[in-house]
Order: sequence, then C-alpha cells, then structure tokens
Amino acid sequence: MTPVLLLQRVGHLVPVLLGVTVIVFLMMSLTPGDPAEIMLANQNATPAQVAMLRHDMGLDRPLMERFVSFVGHALQGDFGQSLFHRRPVATVIMERLPATIELSVAAMAFALLVSIPLGVMAAVYRGGVLDRLATVGALLGVSLPGFWFGILMLIGFAVNLRWLPVSGAIDFAAQPPGITGLMVVDSMLALRGDSLMNALAHLVLPAITLGLPMAAILMRVTRASMLEVLRQDYITFAEAKGLGRGRIIALHALKNGLLPTVTVAAMETGSLLGGNMVVETVFGWPGLGRLVVESIFVRNYPLVQAAVLLYAVTYVVVNFLADLLYTVLNPRVRM
Amino acid sequence: MISRLGKLLPDKLARLAGLGVLAFIVMAAFAPLIAPQDPAATDLFRRLQPPAWLDEGDWAFPLGCDALGRDILSRIIFGARVSIFIGVVVVLLATVIGVMAGLAAGYLRGATDRLISGLVDVLLGFPYLIFAVGLMAMMGPGVLNMVLALAYKEWVVPCRLVRGETLAARETEYVEAARAMGASSLSIMVGEILPNILSPVIVVGTVRIAQVIILEASLSFLGLGVQPPTASWGSMVADGRAFILDAWWVSTFPGLAILLLVLCINVASQAVRDALDPRFHD
Repeated sequence: MTPVLLLQRVGHLVPVLLGVTVIVFLMMSLTPGDPAEIMLANQNATPAQVAMLRHDMGLDRPLMERFVSFVGHALQGDFGQSLFHRRPVATVIMERLPATIELSVAAMAFALLVSIPLGVMAAVYRGGVLDRLATVGALLGVSLPGFWFGILMLIGFAVNLRWLPVSGAIDFAAQPPGITGLMVVDSMLALRGDSLMNALAHLVLPAITLGLPMAAILMRVTRASMLEVLRQDYITFAEAKGLGRGRIIALHALKNGLLPTVTVAAMETGSLLGGNMVVETVFGWPGLGRLVVESIFVRNYPLVQAAVLLYAVTYVVVNFLADLLYTVLNPRVRM
Repeated sequence: MISRLGKLLPDKLARLAGLGVLAFIVMAAFAPLIAPQDPAATDLFRRLQPPAWLDEGDWAFPLGCDALGRDILSRIIFGARVSIFIGVVVVLLATVIGVMAGLAAGYLRGATDRLISGLVDVLLGFPYLIFAVGLMAMMGPGVLNMVLALAYKEWVVPCRLVRGETLAARETEYVEAARAMGASSLSIMVGEILPNILSPVIVVGTVRIAQVIILEASLSFLGLGVQPPTASWGSMVADGRAFILDAWWVSTFPGLAILLLVLCINVASQAVRDALDPRFHD
C-alpha cells in the first residue's frame, strides 16, 4: 500500500471520528430536563449547588462553545469529574479498562480457536455429521441471548458442579501485584502459579459467553470461504499432483481461506464491545462495561458519555485497521 | 413471489420454524385469553414456587412463580407482546426510513449521497448495543424510548442495502426507459426501482427482527428497557439472577422463550431468503 493511499484512508477516518464525537456530545442534550438537576436528584442539593454543577459541566454556555470545549478537553483525556467516585472520569475508566481488555482478548481467542478448526472441518467434510453439527451450533450461537447463556453456565458450572468461580476476575487472596492491571499477565510477571490458575478459572465462563456468538459467525465465514477456496483450480492442480489432503489444506487452502475470517474477526470487535456490558453484568466482572451500567443508574452522565466515546473510537479504529489488514493480505485489493 | 414462497413448504424445518413464529404471534395477540393467571398478580405465599412437575409444584402455575409469586408462564405469554411489538415496529420504522434514504442516496447521488452516506458511516462507528445503551441512559427507560433508541441506528442496515441496489438499478435499461419517457425522479425511485429491489429488503428485515429482539431483551436485562410491572423476557431473566442458587426456573424459562423465538425467526428467514433470492436457487 502506498503512503498516499494510506493518507487517503486516514483522511476518511477523521470525519467519521468527528461525527461520532458530535453524536456522543449530543446524547447529553437528549436528556429530558436539566442534567445537573437529574444528577443531583435525591441528594438534597440546594439550587446554588445545582447551579454550580451546571456551571462546572458548562451547561450554562452555548451549545457550540460547549462542543469545542468538550472536544478540546477530550483530546487531552479530560472528561470532567465523576461525581459518584469524586475523581476524574478518565482515571476511573483507566482503572476498569484492563479487565475489559483481558476479557475481550480471551473471548476473541476462544472464538478463533473454536471457529477456525470447526469451520475448516465442516468445509472439508461438507454434508457430513460434523458439518451438520457445526451448522446447527452456528445457528444456536447467533440465536442465544448472551446474558441468558451466561446465567445457564453459572447455574451449571459454578453453582451445581462448583468447578468454576461465580463472579469477579480473581479471588482477593490470589491477587498479584498490580503492574498492567491484566490479572493473567500480572500473575505471570510475578511468577505466581496460584494467581494465574485463579485468574484463568475466573476468565473461562465469561470468555466463553462473550465469545460464543462471534465463534458462530466466524465458523460460518470460515466454512463458506474454505468451500470457495477448495473449488479453485489451484487446489485441483495440487490434488492432481498427488499431494495429500492434509498438506493441501494446511499449505495451500488455509492461507486464502482464512482471509475473510481474519477480517470479519476484526470487524466483529463491535459485538464484543457491546457484549462486554451484558457479560460483565452477569459475571460481576470488574470492567468498563459494568461500570457504564452502574453509572447509568447513579446518573453519572460524564462517565457514560466518555465511555461511549471510548468504545466508539476503539471500534472505528479497529475497523480501520481491519480494512488495512485486508488490503495488505489480499493482493487483488492492494492493486 | 407467491410461487417462490410456496417452495418453502417442502422444507420441514422451515415449516416448523414458520409455525413456531406463528405460535408466538398468536400467543402475543391473544395473551389475555391464553394466560392461565394475571401476569401482574403477586402472591407472596407462592414466592419462588417450583414448576408443576417438581415437589411443591402446582399445575395452576405450570412453570412456577417468581420472587413476587407471579406466574412465570403468564408473564412469558404477555412478555411475547413486548418482544414481538418492539422487534416488528423497530424494523418496520427503520425499513421505511432506510429505504427512503437509500433510494435518495443511490439515485440522486451527489450531495444527497454524501450527506446520507456520511451519516451512515458515523452511525456504523458505534457498536449497536453501546449506542442503544448510551441513548437509553440519556432518554430514560420505556417502550417508546427503546423503539427510538434502536431505530436511530437500525435504519442504517436497509439504507446501505437499498443504496447499493439503487446504484446498480439506476444504470439499467428499464430505468433509462422511464427517464426517457419523462418520469420524475420520485416516480422512478418509487414506481420503478423500489419494486425491483424489495426482495432483499424483506429478507434482511426478517433477519433483523431476530437481532432487534435480542437487543431489546439485552437492554431490558440491563434494566434500561421495559419497566416493571410490564412483563419483558429480558427483565424476567434479570429478576431471576438473584435466585440462581435455589430457583433456576425464574431465569431459565424466559430465556428459553427468547431463544426459541429468535431461532424460529432465524430458520424461517433463511428459508425466505432462499425462496426470494434467485442466487440461492441453484
């Protein structure tokens, strides 16, 4: 990809990010009534205190001025104060972010590890028992409500069988010294096997719940793409040359067949980000998604606004990178 | 189209799924006649009463009772109204808006296309559930707000589809012929192009109803959707979360209802797609 093309793509990204910021900013304006009054409801606030909060939030200024100020502060990572936590919103978000990243990465790893072998096998043995099972599984995966599946897993594996913990990211006693905030990584850095096992045990059920719909989609994509590749002339040629089935799939088919899987996996990050909110709520996972839900109920609007913006910007950037990755991997697009 | 829909009949699974969807619609429409109990009637003596086939169960309350002693089956039957109403209304509203915007963007092109496509790109920048959660957080819970919060983003799906189809259709001979005969842009868009691109719109619409139902249930589960005492499957699952240790049925049955309805819609819509889209005929 030429630098000019790359700059063009980045140029397309800027208006989208600006548009996303405008919408997130305007969300606050949709609040029926005065946000300052709503935030201080049931706290016996005096009119002077409400006026002070309104002033602090900039609600007494014209909309355009507020937007410019919002963007200016957001670019510096300043999203105001979280009234509930009595600390800057950015600090509170950064504390919860590692847990969400850890869960998302684990869910993505689960989805890829399950979907790729199943999708490839379903395509290779098309019409067979495995193909049918995988197709039914994929249909179930996209039809299952994540929150309900999570609760079923809790009932089965945590409550009845007692194999896995019910909630949280790690037991208090097993907590490793905080370095990255990622429990699995911190446990490894501290060389603590007990912490690592504890963190992994906590991660299993939420990661499967979050990753299942993605695994179902990726399985379908891999199967369809592999079926397409296996029909190509170069595969027939490889077969005619006398190469073994396994060798053809591993050396020739997988490289092209997994191209759409990688791209769709990156694009499906949005469903992971959204699913985080639900899964973190079900499993009491101390991440950003649960923080947002909790913040809504205490009307912590600045935090909700900042988190929604962070999710959206992450999603836009990941999609942009997926697009670039597809261009780099696919020679036809590169031309 | 009718003959193609007729082709669905030999497919047993699709027929079963279609019947399933129909059963849910009938259940929702005639809920007051079908439900064995009043879904809002509380009876603390029946608090967390197990399903009928378990010890202490009662066939008057076949699927047991929740923490307030309300009949779970009756609440599931009434909950179907919320799920189906929101699924259908959101998709209908989004389809009308999306089709109009997509036709305008694809046919008129230029500044109209840039404006609509720009808005679509921005809305696609939000993960769906997060966008809906953000809006519901600001607007407050309730059925109307939920319909709006979901439709604000849902229209993007048919819009993108219709824009693409319209871009291809505007270069075809039948559109050129209409243009040569002096037809206005509006009559070409509505009278010529729209009937020819309706099939994929219907197919995508049916699939989207299933997705919107899951989103509605997710929002209600998070406490941002339909508010008590109205029965909603998502909030029923949430209510049961506190009792998973000793009353599994409170969460399990409403979730099963969501899964069954969404599964039936997904299977049926796959068959509709196969029947309406010529590319799948061979």
